[in-house]
Amino acid sequence: MFELIIPPAFVMLIGAFLVAVSRPGLRPLIALAAPLVTLYAIWQIPDGIQLTATFLGYEVQVVEGGPERRLFATVFALMGFGGVLFAFRQAKWYELAAAMAYSAGAIGVSFAGDLIVMFLFWELMALFSVIVVWCGGTFGSKRAGIRYIIMHLLGGIILKVGIEGIMIHTGSVEIRPLALDNFDTWMVFIGILVNAAAPPISAWLADAYPESSPTGSVFLSAFTTKTAVLALMLLFPGQPLLIWIGLWMIFYGIIYALLENDIRRILSYSIINQVGFMVVAVGIGTEMALNGAAAHAFSHIFYKALLFMSAGAVIYQTGRHKCSELGGLFRTMPLTTICGTIGALAISAFPLTSGFISKSLTVSAAAGEHMTLVWFLLVAASAGVFLHAGIKFPWYVFFQRDSGLRPKDPPWNMQAAMVLFAVVCIGLGVFPELLYGLLPYPVDYVPYTAEHVITQSQLLLFAGLAFFVMLPLMKRTLTISLDLDWFWRVGWVRLFRGFEALLGGLQRAASALAFGLLRRFSGELMRHHGAEGVLARAWPIGSMLLWVAVLLAVLLLLRYVPEAGSP
Amino acid sequence: MNERDDKHDHWLARPATIRWLWRVFGLVLGLVVAAQFFVGVHGHFGVDGWFGFNAAFGFFACVAMVLFAKVLGWLVKRPEQYYRDQER
Repeated sequence: MFELIIPPAFVMLIGAFLVAVSRPGLRPLIALAAPLVTLYAIWQIPDGIQLTATFLGYEVQVVEGGPERRLFATVFALMGFGGVLFAFRQAKWYELAAAMAYSAGAIGVSFAGDLIVMFLFWELMALFSVIVVWCGGTFGSKRAGIRYIIMHLLGGIILKVGIEGIMIHTGSVEIRPLALDNFDTWMVFIGILVNAAAPPISAWLADAYPESSPTGSVFLSAFTTKTAVLALMLLFPGQPLLIWIGLWMIFYGIIYALLENDIRRILSYSIINQVGFMVVAVGIGTEMALNGAAAHAFSHIFYKALLFMSAGAVIYQTGRHKCSELGGLFRTMPLTTICGTIGALAISAFPLTSGFISKSLTVSAAAGEHMTLVWFLLVAASAGVFLHAGIKFPWYVFFQRDSGLRPKDPPWNMQAAMVLFAVVCIGLGVFPELLYGLLPYPVDYVPYTAEHVITQSQLLLFAGLAFFVMLPLMKRTLTISLDLDWFWRVGWVRLFRGFEALLGGLQRAASALAFGLLRRFSGELMRHHGAEGVLARAWPIGSMLLWVAVLLAVLLLLRYVPEAGSP
Repeated sequence: MNERDDKHDHWLARPATIRWLWRVFGLVLGLVVAAQFFVGVHGHFGVDGWFGFNAAFGFFACVAMVLFAKVLGWLVKRPEQYYRDQER
């Protein structure tokens, strides 16, 4: 049988290139077809190393198949399709092409057989994702994009330092589980965590994503952090440190989302929260937990994209993006409201949604390993997800008070994309086997037991009660929340300015001192050698004659002094 | 909002509807807790098998998170144009 392995990432890249160069009329066709052709290419790749090439004298493994790789690449391709469907009539062609190239990077990382290939596609993602941020087209998006790309290029450099160290010290750049026992693996670990929006640099995500266009943020929500989760799954499964990093991300996301007023920033913090669940799962590292991380990434991409789509639809139709300016939109945007609410229920892991069947794998894995504290924190966080994303987002955007805005539902392609993803969110929740069949390890877990449904419903519904009881405490304010990025956006500048002021002061003091000394010196010079100085002034002839006479007289007198030592 | 406006607003936004929604919500809350009489919840760690544990835990965890966010808000909240002012 004729077998040809085409790297799926290249299919998507060619699609992106064609979108960029083709006639406007052909663009939608190419943009919609490319992810589907890519999906076909993804499913042609069997397990194991499939394609090698020579790059800078190294034999690199461009394509390596595997169940978790296929799962992630599949969801990236589907996300590409849904994103293009949502965007193709509204987004600029360069945003569409950049977003497709960005997804190609994510698919390339998914199939990367070694660290060199992973790194190349990693950087491809950074480059094209920043273009998507810049497509926001505002002054704010320009600046946020610059901060974003600095962070990702720094992360890329750290990753590269680690990869080069591993290459030199072990001679192998294969992707395999690494132990955190030397400088090289730490660098790789940190480099990947930068893309996962781990602490202390989580702020880049909620800084950049909300500045993109209403269509751009749909793409941004999907790829960067989830490729980082896959990289952690492949390189650091079972690394206990990840549990605590993930828990931090979970609660950081909840708390900051609760403080936030910008609707897409709420969703951005919520990405960090959800990625935190996946990071915890990778840290637990059992087969069930890794299944949980993969399943959660898969379902998360759909419901988070759906939430960003509904937010994008609202922003596209109203031009407003703050909770304090929105509200009551359910009257005239019924479809967006329903789809957004389905996304919100799915992220909250309500029974019959995709979140219910995927998140519970992780939580159960923690219980299975008898991690008591981790389990209680994860359950509390599950309630918190409903609080900050599940209710807060739809409540402030579609319900609460009447803002007086009467926008219509968005154009048909946006509606179609939202309906498609809403169907996926419900479909996966009703037929969990669809997802469980794709997971890397055999699934021995039944999500729908009466006990699980009841405990989860209690947890979520009472979280909902808490939301409405605490509503007066959650009055929206026209504020942003400072984060650790304050240190490099303001603190660093202040430190620099302080240093500058100190140097200026020192310089002034030194110059004053030098000037004083110089003046003193020149004064002395003037006194002795100046026009009136003792040594330089014009003496009267008379006084000179007098001194000559005195000199001669002294010589004369000396003539009569007896010579010392003479007889 | 006066009575006449209520009639013209969307049915979902009318106070009468909202009162009904609260009642239904209360009923559902009661039912999911009462369901524990019929379905044994075993729990993994003992305490999570207690009657109504998840309801109480969900409620108080959320109250705690909201309060924590409120306190943190005093510390970290700044006006929206904060960074623009700083960058000047």
